[in-house]
Amino acid sequence: MSVPSGPRIITSRFDVADGHTYAGYVRTGGYVSLRKAVSSMTPQQVHDEVKAAEIQGRGGAGFPAGTKWGFLPAGVHPRYLVINGDESEPGTYKDRLLMERDPHQLIEGIVIACYALNASQAFLYVRGEMAHAQERLAQALNEAYANNMVGRNICGSDFSVDITLTWGAGAYIVGEETALIESLEGERGMPRLKPPFFPAVKGLYMQPTIVNNVETLANVPYIVGKGGGDFKSIGAPTSTGMRMFAVSGHVNKPGVFEVPNGVTTFRMLFEAPEYCGGIRNGGSIKAFIPGGASAMWFFPEHLDMALDKPTVDKAGSMLGSGAIVAMDQTTDMVAACWRIVRFFARESCGKCTPCREGTTWLERVLKRMLDGHGRPEDIDLLFEVSESISPGIAWPPRQTTICPLGPSAVSPIASAVRRFRHEFEHYIEHRRPIDGVESPFATHLASHA
Amino acid sequence: MSRLSEERVATAKEIIGRFPRKKSALIPLLHLAQEQDGYVAQDAMVHIAELLDLAPAEVYGTASFYEMFKFHPVGKYCINICTNISCQLVGAWNLLHHAEERLGIKSGGTTQDGLFTIEDVECIAACTEAPALQVNYRYRYKVTPESFDALINDLESGKLTGEVPPHGTLASVRQTTTAAWSNRGVEEQAQVDAR
Ligand SMILES: Cc1cc2nc3c(=O)[nH]c(=O)nc-3n(C[C@H](O)[C@H](O)[C@H](O)COP(=O)(O)O)c2cc1C
Ligand code: SF4
Ligand code: FES
Repeated sequence: MSVPSGPRIITSRFDVADGHTYAGYVRTGGYVSLRKAVSSMTPQQVHDEVKAAEIQGRGGAGFPAGTKWGFLPAGVHPRYLVINGDESEPGTYKDRLLMERDPHQLIEGIVIACYALNASQAFLYVRGEMAHAQERLAQALNEAYANNMVGRNICGSDFSVDITLTWGAGAYIVGEETALIESLEGERGMPRLKPPFFPAVKGLYMQPTIVNNVETLANVPYIVGKGGGDFKSIGAPTSTGMRMFAVSGHVNKPGVFEVPNGVTTFRMLFEAPEYCGGIRNGGSIKAFIPGGASAMWFFPEHLDMALDKPTVDKAGSMLGSGAIVAMDQTTDMVAACWRIVRFFARESCGKCTPCREGTTWLERVLKRMLDGHGRPEDIDLLFEVSESISPGIAWPPRQTTICPLGPSAVSPIASAVRRFRHEFEHYIEHRRPIDGVESPFATHLASHA
Repeated sequence: MSRLSEERVATAKEIIGRFPRKKSALIPLLHLAQEQDGYVAQDAMVHIAELLDLAPAEVYGTASFYEMFKFHPVGKYCINICTNISCQLVGAWNLLHHAEERLGIKSGGTTQDGLFTIEDVECIAACTEAPALQVNYRYRYKVTPESFDALINDLESGKLTGEVPPHGTLASVRQTTTAAWSNRGVEEQAQVDAR
């Protein structure tokens, strides 16, 4: 199987032993784009390159970064850049690598973005549990300040910017941009209602704020160095550049890969020797998650689809945060569905009733099926509760809630119950999974979960 | 236990200086308290409230939202085993079960000697290295029952003391730079006007 190739952009230093240090970064071409931007480009020109690149945000929603940057109201200062390093969507593993292995690349991207946005302070918010990433970023930031890449009069120009490194303390919902802003203000991480609290207009401290994902900003030095047109020529016109995907689950060689966006297919990632090298034990795909726990599941008929945003959106799911989870023919779909729902039930911030109550009920109903106490009416009940969180159980989801977390809990139900209804019925009737699938709790069903 | 030490108060003041508003330093300061005592003590929360001009209830109000903050002593080593989807698919529950048997405690519990706490946690962003765990937020990948036992032995014998600091310590390096802007909004506008 031949796979499309492209340049390694953001993972280019992953094999460089000292790529995370200032010396290693500069030796491998680092901070050239920043120097170029502040010495020979206007903020508007930098913004124009990012627009021309048509880079879609890598945090989940895939909104074009250049367009988002244009939403800042003119003449309102101070304005802020907030970097979302909270990576916690189940299956997602790429921002942590970017922060640990190439922290200067992210810092360079942040400073260039601040230049384009006319912002003078950025807040880099890292997930609390990522001690090593925090360490590497602190080290890199201290070096970058010492070398005049951050701080006053960067590279001898009249541009000045500060980066404040900070981290959370364990809460998935803080990855949602308005909850992250609340957390940065020292509050409980509960989302704000949009409208009116669109960050670009009323964000951090009610000032204009751009929130971008780590991977999005890590691409900025390349875009400014080579030009937006170069970036756009990689991948597909509808999904530009290179993109990182973490492929986990039942594959022979799980891994994180930077691949040409929009043209690589799911099958290539699962089967090509350069990537995962096939399904474990020579098995086959029963279902897979294309973009994180919040996404609708895909099935074997979707394998040849390209990882292209509009294509995947149209097929009824999303590429989300680049988290692909493969499930082979032995997977217990009731248990898989339950585990994802339990995640959302645990992580609901509790602000809206349909989400707080609904996710908890969904989890309990699925749990009792697994425990052998399922009732015949339970499948209908799952759909009924799902309806109250996300009317119509459609894609893209409609929501009765403040943020999309609640409706996300409906995705695994809509996916698994619709496709594998017989497995749920079998659990209810026979108190065990169908033949040929393995319960993940084989040794201790009663004591746990 | 205690209020923040003098040294930590100095660090706290540096952190406060990096934010436009004091309350933004609340979560970082709670981490300082947890680093000092292994958990967030009541006296420390009162002290933080004083440093940030908040009521102690506001401090607890925020702190109690976040999973990582503990309000009672926990094990010197907190072992967080991920059981989310990618890890569940390759044996996370068996690993958790093994850990419980090995240490004689249930998920959420602490061993009598105060050395170990285990928890079943959500995805820790190591899904391609499943099943994964963290001990005091340091990763262990593709964990088997055997490598789990070896980890416990190494922690018990003190072999990992350098690599795994006691619970509460996150980054071993801190940001040292300080921001010194008198009026950021006005200065920012001036930068724009000058261009
Ligand atoms: C429940 C929820 C969790 C989210 N978690 C993250 C996250 O961990 N990291 C992230 O970058 N974006 C996350 N997002 C998306 C952010 O709200 C925001 O759209 C993103 O950070 C914007 O960056 P981008 O435009 O560069 O992609 C989450 C959204 C929701 C609704
Ligand atoms: S949908 Fe859930 S997580 Fe989102 S604001 Fe409402 S209660 Fe909180
Ligand atoms: S699911 Fe276990 S680390 Fe992501």
